[in-house]
Order: sequence, then structure tokens, then C-alpha cells
Amino acid sequence: MADHSSHHHDTEPGVIAEPQTKAIWKTFIILSVLTAFEFLIAFTINAGFLKTSIFVLMTIVKAFYIVGEFMHLKHEVKSLIWAIILPCIFVVWLLLALLMEGGFIFVAR
Amino acid sequence: MAATATTEAPVFDKKTWMGGVEPMKVSYGKLMMWFFLISDTFTFSALLVTYGLIRFSFQAYDPAIHGEFHFSNLYWPIPEKVYEAVPFLHGIELPLVFVGIMTFILIFSSVTMVLAVEAGHRMDKAAVEKYMLWTILGGLTFLGSQAWEWAHFIHGTDEGTVIREIVNGQWVERTIFGANLTENQYGPPAFADLFFFITGFHGTHVLSGVVLNILIFYRTAFGLYQRRGHYEMVEKVGLYWHFVDLVWVFVFTFFYLV
Repeated sequence: MADHSSHHHDTEPGVIAEPQTKAIWKTFIILSVLTAFEFLIAFTINAGFLKTSIFVLMTIVKAFYIVGEFMHLKHEVKSLIWAIILPCIFVVWLLLALLMEGGFIFVAR
Repeated sequence: MAATATTEAPVFDKKTWMGGVEPMKVSYGKLMMWFFLISDTFTFSALLVTYGLIRFSFQAYDPAIHGEFHFSNLYWPIPEKVYEAVPFLHGIELPLVFVGIMTFILIFSSVTMVLAVEAGHRMDKAAVEKYMLWTILGGLTFLGSQAWEWAHFIHGTDEGTVIREIVNGQWVERTIFGANLTENQYGPPAFADLFFFITGFHGTHVLSGVVLNILIFYRTAFGLYQRRGHYEMVEKVGLYWHFVDLVWVFVFTFFYLV
């Protein structure tokens, strides 16, 4: 049997392994369901704080799955994860500050 | 000979940098792609934050003050009233349906991209080619959809919107159709400006992503990555492509839904 071992599938360089796509399709289904849910919310809830909060939450969850799974950031080292997330937190600060500023401009007009 | 040690062909190892170490346990190319993406995040954030600032500085639509919704430059429009057209279904109100289809196309092309990356890990050249082609097709479909949406937005509705403005000291009524950078039938001109800038900047990213994807497909088909021994280039361009999808998720929420 020893001389046949070189023909074994695992050791032959040209042989391609089986695809591992379960996690990819799971992420796709989650993203699709969340997008469908956003549509449902868009036409069932009246404009207001609740509606906006649900949309923002859904968007953050979708971003988590795209960046975490598709871009593989979830499986990188901690220092890289924080190098990406920390600057984005400051962006949220800028967003909130300038939304308030916009409100003041409206009052001043 | 003393020179034998230095003339020895360098063993290529994608894991180590020139100094022999690997910061953050990623290859040089991938880490630089991440840093580029974070800088691109700032650019897109600036555009979306600007949208928020300008929107909040305008009158919001309030049924109690303005009555039933109609297009007016007195208040910020409701996006679902603006984006309600679908190709080949002229005159039928289908709010956000077309943009929903576009979102789905882009998410799906992200999935085929990650399938191409997965196939690259297994050195499966045929599968990488197949999924890259699907990704390119998805990107081109999205670009075509966006071109249609822009055309519709620029040409406007059949009825147009009557606006009142002061010309040479006189109140004049005029019907305007569609939007450009100075006039907008759907609402304040700033609304159209932001639409063109934000979706246009995103569309430019999709276009360059498609060009990069075509390049990757071409080089895969000619066996470059197979000879090189790894498909890391697919991963790096994949990062960019997912980022473009990610930006669309934010644009979809903050421009079309909220």
C-alpha cells in the first residue's frame, strides 16, 4: 500500500479541497432578512424617533456582519480590530455634533 | 564563494514583511488596504455628516403645517416620495422598490466576491474565475441601475413642480422638471446636490471596483495567482468591494430610509 500513498487525494498538489461556504450563506441570509425587515418598518411605522432608531440599529448590525464576516475583521487580531473601530467612534461624535449644529442653523434662519 | 549566500533566490513568504516581522498578523498589502479603507470611510462620513447637517438646517415636512405631501422647495422632501419609479413601470408608484433591488444586487455581488476569496484559499482557479465573473456582472448591473435612477431624477416627473420665485422684484410662477445642481423639483436644491454628490461618489467607487475586479479576473484566468502560489490579491480587492457594499448600506439607510 505504501507505494500507492503518493496517489492519495490529500497529498496530490493539484487536488482542490471541498468548499466551506456555510458561514457565507448564513451571513447572506441574515443581511437579506435585515434588509427586508427595514422595508417592512419603512411602510408600517410613522416617521419619528422609534423608526430612526430601528433603522440605525439595523444598519449597525448589517455593518457588523459585512465587516466582521465578509471582510474577516472578526477573525483578525485585537489591535487591528481596534485600529479600525476606534476612528469610526469619533466619526459618530462628529455626526451627532453637526446634527445639533444643523438644528441651531435652522433656528437661526 | 562568499557570494552564494546573497545570490540565493529569496523565498517568497507573504506572511513576513521586509523586516521579517508581521505587524498585526496581516500581510503588508492587506494592512495598507485597511488603512486606505479607513481613510475612505472618513471621506464618505464627511459627505453623510454634511447631509445630516444640511437636512437638519432645513424645515422638515410636517403634515400639520404643510398639508398633504407635495414636492415643494419650502421643506426637505420625504425620500420614499421621490424615489418611487421602477424601469418599465412608468406612472406606477412603487416607493423604494428599485433602490431595494439595487441594494440586493450589491449585497449579492458581495457574497459572490467572498465566495471567490474562499475559492482562492483552496487554489480553485475555475471557481475563482466563475465567482469573479458573477461579481463583475453584479457591479455592472448596479451601475446600470444607478444610471437609470440618475436619468429619472434629472428628467423628473410628467407633471413637474410649480415654484414661485422673485425675478426682478416680481413674483413669478414657473414649472420645473427634474433636478440639476441649481434647480430641484423635489425639494430644496441642496437635496439634489447631495443626491448627486453622495450617490455619485459611491458610484465612482463601484466603477473603480468593477475595473479592479476585471483586472483580477484577467490575471486569474491567465494563471498568475496559481503560479504565485496564493490568491491574496483577490482578498485585497475583495476588501475594497465589501467596503463599497458597506457604504451603500449606510447610504441606503441615511439617504433613502430615514
